[in-house]
Amino acid sequence: MNIANFKPAIVYAIYIASTPEKVWEALTAAEFSRKYFFGNAVEVDLKVGGAYIVRTPDGALHISGEVMECDPPRKLTITFNVNWPELIEKLGPTLVTYEIEPAGDAVKLTLIQSHDRPLSDDILSGGRQGWPAILSNLKSVLETGNPLVIKMAPPERMLAALKEMGIKTP
Amino acid sequence: MRKPEFVYVTYIETTPEKLWNALTNSEFTRRYWFNTEVKSDWKVGSPLALVMDGKVTDTGEILEAEPPRRLSYSFKHEVDDAMRNEGPTKVVFTLESYDNLVRLTVTHEGFAEGSRLLGGISKGWPAILSGLKSLLETGKMLSIPPVALGIEGFE
Repeated sequence: MNIANFKPAIVYAIYIASTPEKVWEALTAAEFSRKYFFGNAVEVDLKVGGAYIVRTPDGALHISGEVMECDPPRKLTITFNVNWPELIEKLGPTLVTYEIEPAGDAVKLTLIQSHDRPLSDDILSGGRQGWPAILSNLKSVLETGNPLVIKMAPPERMLAALKEMGIKTP
Repeated sequence: MRKPEFVYVTYIETTPEKLWNALTNSEFTRRYWFNTEVKSDWKVGSPLALVMDGKVTDTGEILEAEPPRRLSYSFKHEVDDAMRNEGPTKVVFTLESYDNLVRLTVTHEGFAEGSRLLGGISKGWPAILSGLKSLLETGKMLSIPPVALGIEGFE
């Protein structure tokens, strides 16, 4: 897999009153991700080729992938594939890059979701709905210590589009 | 092909009323919008001026004002020559309640293909709205140096 073939489809930047090291930790540790990522636990082996796993609160495998670039605390690129049958075959892998840059006393965190082929707005609507909630929540956790309680409906447009492609979603 | 636009969604622990006030009151905007005052009476048809450090940076007209749910104004940049000649664009703020949160969606639209202003506002809004969220949730200003935005001419 050549990450040079992947082009950004979703870009989201957010500035956080924190340090690059704390933001890196929040992105890569389950004790943080459970607070801002809908209760999901991130586990990552922080080296190129290492496994990237996201589990739901009951321990089930939800997202899996591999570390493609690892430059703490500046940049982390992972494949980020939801565990639905035939998703990768039909849509290709999903690449997620986090870029962390100092901005004065704050940190600029940029999320880039990339794909190796054009995807419809319906398919991308899931990420466009989810990422702002996840990253707003991460910012609140780091700045206030308290997670936001965001009740989010499933991304119906995306799920309908995946179903039409024959991808089985729960 | 859809015309270029910028959309940003953020979730803030606040009330729609407090958020509306923070968007339309210079006492607040000075603290998260790079020392910008917002001058308007916020009635449909009224003019709007954004004034940064005493200089008018952008002007517009109030298009929709339904406090505390929806605000829209035209937006014309006044400082950079190339951007000033691009013509007016439109900003829409929608504020939706989710229990003790507000989902704020900002849509900035009406740009021509190859717009330079689009590049500038795409870098500006995330910083402004991040500062707004920090101010409402923590009471503290987020100190982002203008140069960190990477906008040519805004240092």
